[in-house]
Parts: sequence; C-alpha cells; structure tokens
Amino acid sequence: MVCFTFYIFNRKGVCQYYHEWSRSKPSREGGSKQEDFKLMFGLFWSMKTFSAAMDPKGTSKPQVGVPMRAGQGCAFRSFRTDKYKLHFMESPSGIKFVLTTDPSVGDMTTALHHIYSVPFVNQVLKNPLYVPGEPFLFESFASALNKYMRTLGLLT
Amino acid sequence: METINAEILTLTYGSIVRQLISDYEDVDEVNKQLEKMGYNIGQRLIDEYLARSKTTSCSDFKEVAERIAHVGFRMFLNTSARVAAWAPDGRSCSLILEDNPLTDFVELPEQLRGLSYSNILCGVIRGALEMVNIDAECSFVRDSLRGDDATELRLTFVAAAPEAYPYKDDD
Repeated sequence: MVCFTFYIFNRKGVCQYYHEWSRSKPSREGGSKQEDFKLMFGLFWSMKTFSAAMDPKGTSKPQVGVPMRAGQGCAFRSFRTDKYKLHFMESPSGIKFVLTTDPSVGDMTTALHHIYSVPFVNQVLKNPLYVPGEPFLFESFASALNKYMRTLGLLT
Repeated sequence: METINAEILTLTYGSIVRQLISDYEDVDEVNKQLEKMGYNIGQRLIDEYLARSKTTSCSDFKEVAERIAHVGFRMFLNTSARVAAWAPDGRSCSLILEDNPLTDFVELPEQLRGLSYSNILCGVIRGALEMVNIDAECSFVRDSLRGDDATELRLTFVAAAPEAYPYKDDD
C-alpha cells in the first residue's frame, strides 16, 4: 500500500471529498474529521504562500501575508518527509487536490491533473446530484479513482 | 470530446424557452430565468473547460475575453466569436458571434421583441468567470433574431477578488 489519503477541497476551504486507503492514526486522537480537514488546509495553504514568497526567481512575487489570486505566484506541488510524501494540485478555479503517498513515489502532478480532468469532470461535475461547492460521496467517482490509482500501480 | 447533434441541442433549447414563456408569461422574467440557468451551467462547465484546455492563469482581462471567444465557444458550441469594441480602460468589450447555433430555425414573434432568446449564454459566462474569481457582467446588445445585423454580447469586468484564508483563528 503506497497511497495513504486523498482530499479534494473547494475554493472556500470546504473538504468536498476524503478518501482513506491506509491511515493508522488520525491527526489528533478523538479529533473530528473537520479538524483534520482544517489542519490539512492550513498546511498546504501555508506551503503555497510561503513557497511563493520565498521564490528566488519570481520578479513579481506576492509578499507574505498579502492575499494571492488563484494561480498567482509559483505553484506548490509536493513535499516529502522520511515517512510520506504530500502531492498537491490546484485548478485555476481553486479546487485543490491533495494526495499523500509513500515517499518513494515520483511526480504526481500529471496524475492529479488526470483525476481532475477525467473522473472529477465526468463523475462529479456531470452528476446531476452534485451541488457545486458542496461535499459529495459518489460511488462512481470512488471506483474511477481507485481504478486509476491501480493502473498507476499505486494500489494493489 | 463527446458531442451531440447540434439540432437536438437547438430544438431542446427552443422548447425550454417556449416552456419558460408559457410558465412566466413575462419576457423580463424569462430573460432572468435563462440567465440563472446559464449561471448554474457556467459554475460546472468552467472546470471542464479548464481541465480540457489545460488553461493556466490569464494575465489580464483581454486574455480572458480572447479565451472565451476562441476556445470556450469553440469547445462547447462549435462556433467562434470575435472580440471587438474594447472600452478605452480595457474593462469591457463585445463578443460578436458569427454564428449562433441556438437560434437556428428560430423566428421571434412581434410581441416577444424584448426576449433575449440566447440569454443563457450570458449566464454561462458570468457563472464560469465567477468560479475563477472574476466578477463580470454580460448582456445582449444586438441579436440577429431581433433583426440586427449581428449577435453581440457586451462583457464588462467588475472586480477580481483574491483568495482569502477561509478560517478564523478562533474556530
């Protein structure tokens, strides 16, 4: 098992979808899912703003603490620790895809873009039951996601 | 990309408009409802557009208008539009539709002169732009159905909002 968790956040910071393949402990014992989502959101939000502010190449980089437009500054993609790797992709419409995997996994930017452009568009956006911006739980999306992760060889 | 027969779209859209007219019996209300339907479509359609066109961020509103006219209309309506008549401050422009597939087979009767038959398009553009943090207004200025020589949409930029951290410290 090399994939651990998967999150989709909307542009307002609401976690629309969460999937757990393998996770031995929650972020805080007895804490709620909402708390975990908020921590995750804060983590990549800060990574995004700090990495944009520290960009040594950018000429018009945003300052720390100044709100950014979606897509402004350099794009944060992943970070790696000795135990896991976190992959991040944000669409220009502000939908954020987060995947945690084993640290040995390579670049997942194109894979996350594929999840956005195929299963998310076809199984979620075109689903009449989907309300834009609201959390969803569609069996068809979950199976498309699992199938795709399997073709990548990240799930057994 | 999956496509459907253009005539099915045209005829289905026509029957929706017809139904709205008999339901609301008021042309202004019908225009409003069409815009609202388009707005809801636009909110979903933007992600399909972004995912398929692999668009990255646009540098200014001129680029936004060009992309809508050339990529957006081509992708979803298989037609293309021309961007013209920029205001001197660059905040509003016209999209001129060479061919509007929604209005094939349509004749507008005299008593419905006030109807913006394709008002759904204005809603789609507004809804889609709102999802990329651009507030814009869109309306019909000329419509070939009303006897004008072209179909022209006026697109006006209102504001672009930055992303804000959605949580407060105490919650």
